[in-house]
Amino acid sequence: MSTDRIEKEVLLRAPLDRVWRAISDSSEFGRWFGVTLDGPFVAGNSLNGVITPTTVDDDVARQQEPYTGQADTWHVVAVEPQRRLAFRWHPYAVEPGADYSKEPTTLVEFTLTEAPDGVLLVIVESGFDAIPEERRTAAFDANSGGWAAQTQLVQKYLALGERV
Amino acid sequence: MFDALGDPNRLRIFTRLCDGGPSSTSQVMQVIPVSRQAVSKHLSMLEGVGLVRSRKHGRERIWTVQTQPLVQAGDYLSQLSKRWDHAVERLRAFVEDPSSI
Repeated sequence: MSTDRIEKEVLLRAPLDRVWRAISDSSEFGRWFGVTLDGPFVAGNSLNGVITPTTVDDDVARQQEPYTGQADTWHVVAVEPQRRLAFRWHPYAVEPGADYSKEPTTLVEFTLTEAPDGVLLVIVESGFDAIPEERRTAAFDANSGGWAAQTQLVQKYLALGERV
Repeated sequence: MFDALGDPNRLRIFTRLCDGGPSSTSQVMQVIPVSRQAVSKHLSMLEGVGLVRSRKHGRERIWTVQTQPLVQAGDYLSQLSKRWDHAVERLRAFVEDPSSI
């Protein structure tokens, strides 16, 4: 298993135009991914991405709820129409109050290839070897909503205590 | 940690310790063609990032692998990998739904 990259390959049964729009139009991207981006994907641009529960899946929306409002800067690396979108971000930047700006980023690339019955989409996220140890070992559990969610619960609990 | 395993000699040492169990410095020396001093240096480096641990046994030092850092690193990637699986499924629902066109 590579420690540096994650790769996903999927055949989407939809026209290339449709898939490209869902990926390259930052507001469409935001709807399925669950993020609000404050500008278009233009190579060289930096966008502010704020976690917003997805409108596509209620269960995932509930999972994302604790992170709503968490922001990260996305640096757009490449936009090649109908073919490739690439940006850099901070993987799993969900720890409340953490400043990720000076930490290494990973590169996320979406590559589209037209196939007989749809579009072959390959997603590669690479550069994990450069991610600091403390980010890796800040263990989180996807089912419980993650370590960040636990922290928020503790904070809420403490806030209750203060009021009493 | 991943840099520590990026060196072929250190990777060989680490693999030897994984396969062969706890080993002395002399035993580790048998797997790579370098000096005792160099082997000790590699082992110290692995120990520095938490991948091996050592204890003194008579005049020798016994080295044991620590798998926890690797397991945690694997967990991190597998969690993020799972997150991409979910994102891909949401994208599929989004683009394959005729009403979204």
